[in-house]
Amino acid sequence: MIGLERRPQPSRAWSMATPLVAVLATMLAGGLLFAALGKDPVEAIRTIFWEPLFGEFSFYYRPQLVVKGAPLVLIAIGLSLGFKAGIWNIGAEGQYIVGALTGAAVGLAFYPLESVFVFPLMVLAGAFGGWAWAMIPAILKTRFGTNEILVSLMLVYVAEQLLASMSLGLLKNPEGYGFPGSRNLQHYDSAHNAELIAGSGMHWGAAAALIAVIFAYVLMNRHMTGFHIRLTGEAPRAARFAGVSPTRLVLFCLGMSGALAGLAGLFEVSGPAGVVSIDFNVGYGFTAIIVAFLGRLHPVGILLAGALMALTYIGGDIAQSNLGLPSAAIQVFQGMLLFFLLAFDVLTNFRIRLGAGEVA
Amino acid sequence: MDLSAINPVQLIAFLMVAATPVLLAAIGELVVEKSGVLNLGVEGMMITGAIAGFAATVETGSPTIGFIAAAVAGALLSCLFVVLTQFALANQVASGLALTLFGLGLSALLGQSYVGVKPPATAKIDIPVLTDLPVIGPILFNHDLMVYFGIALVAATWAVLKYSRAGLVLRAVGESHDAAHALGYKVVRIRILAILFGGACAGLGGAYISLIRVPQWTEGMTAGIGWIALALVVFASWKPWRALLGAYLFGGVTVVQLNLQAAGVAIPVEYLAMSPYLITIVVLVILSADKSSAPAALGRAFHASR
Repeated sequence: MIGLERRPQPSRAWSMATPLVAVLATMLAGGLLFAALGKDPVEAIRTIFWEPLFGEFSFYYRPQLVVKGAPLVLIAIGLSLGFKAGIWNIGAEGQYIVGALTGAAVGLAFYPLESVFVFPLMVLAGAFGGWAWAMIPAILKTRFGTNEILVSLMLVYVAEQLLASMSLGLLKNPEGYGFPGSRNLQHYDSAHNAELIAGSGMHWGAAAALIAVIFAYVLMNRHMTGFHIRLTGEAPRAARFAGVSPTRLVLFCLGMSGALAGLAGLFEVSGPAGVVSIDFNVGYGFTAIIVAFLGRLHPVGILLAGALMALTYIGGDIAQSNLGLPSAAIQVFQGMLLFFLLAFDVLTNFRIRLGAGEVA
Repeated sequence: MDLSAINPVQLIAFLMVAATPVLLAAIGELVVEKSGVLNLGVEGMMITGAIAGFAATVETGSPTIGFIAAAVAGALLSCLFVVLTQFALANQVASGLALTLFGLGLSALLGQSYVGVKPPATAKIDIPVLTDLPVIGPILFNHDLMVYFGIALVAATWAVLKYSRAGLVLRAVGESHDAAHALGYKVVRIRILAILFGGACAGLGGAYISLIRVPQWTEGMTAGIGWIALALVVFASWKPWRALLGAYLFGGVTVVQLNLQAAGVAIPVEYLAMSPYLITIVVLVILSADKSSAPAALGRAFHASR
């Protein structure tokens, strides 16, 4: 019989090692999946993990890594704050959409005025939009005790409908010959979130993601609020005795993650995407949940996990065009990663004992 | 705009059809939560059931086999949740999310070759005299069997939870796993069975969407119904009959909203389509004040220490 024995202290070594073990296990299981789909597993894994970084066209793919990774990191950093305290915002996708909508709306309102103030205003509006959308579950939770998981998720579907309505109505390009979608912000210099260094993929969103990583690190390790977050997550009763206000913590964590998700949306709509359209959102808000866990809810870990996840997106695209690997296979691959991570995490808190009998 | 085109009898009949998927999933999740486990993977299990049932029906031509396949697929996917939460003692919220993300990807992968295919129709019951009755006939006696199965499942769950020994043990495990363990009940085994039941029910609910409600296969077609089922369990205060009431309420909102879209009301389609989700939130807010009936051990991992 195999039994589990609780460790006196969580193992630091395993805590660091589980993400790596999980990635290896996912590669193995993913290889089996690709083989079952009739693709060469070694070639598929190599295409996903090697081709974007060191392959023939890596000069094109490496900047893409930054473009795809930036929103993931930005959203995941915000989510990790709440997850650490046991506050589950899983509606980041909705906050991402609303941030993009409010930010783009401000930009489009100023069109065609050229001014250096337009983009900063859009950034503020984007963050505000995401924040406001996240305040709905936050206030309902603190005021009425409503479950924030369900409310934030319901609001994703509401936001998707809002996006459809906006791209077909209010924000539709008046010179777009009746096609759905807004004006292209890439063609409006004051509102365009252009690359900071040409050809590097570094846009303001990537810069914001790096700032968020540093900010979160300082907050969690050097600031009282970070301590309160950790305390609430690990020992809620102790936190209450220590005078931590759950209400303020919920408002802070949800508001922060909403604002960061809104920023991610704004940087995406004003940069790589360019237009507000019905299919603007591609699930970054959900993938960021995997990124947050894979990064162990630690800012530096999230940065690395975001890069890895961006790699699977781009590698998946390459595998799709080169090997005909279905795009859904990559989605399964990413889902597996979270599974293995959670499964191997048992080793952080427990020791496996062989030969131990049933508990008496 | 022509509201007179809306036929109230048909409305109620459609309402029962629209409510069935969310009802099936909610009853399954209710049992899971009664055992003290919070499985947020309902959406993932539903969509997997939807494609499994669809594929099996298209391949064999028999909706019955389709529904069985959907239940098996839902239960199989919930096995992953069992491994994570009952053996690896992982966080239940995170594990449930993992299940949903994985299920959405898996179903999209499995469903590639089934886009645009039309499934064989599922038969409706036809009882001579009764089905032809005006008003009562179309509402009560002219549905497919799954509608009745859903209602029967509510009754059975209610009876088992309330009157049987098995139900008592299940509730005991959900209220205090330590006490149940001390009394000699196999906490983990009981929870595993509850999770598998929940998975099978979610699978059936999913298949109902792809085989009868829509009926066709599109990626992500459950569109949050699994999450609404989770909300419904809270709405129902963990009581089976109130889950039925909630499901019909939700079905009613959906059907009225669709009818208003068709009737060309001056409200944009997108805002009407939002309404089921918004109303779910409103109902959650109104009812969340009373948490007294929630199982006490809900969401807590159990590890028998010696």
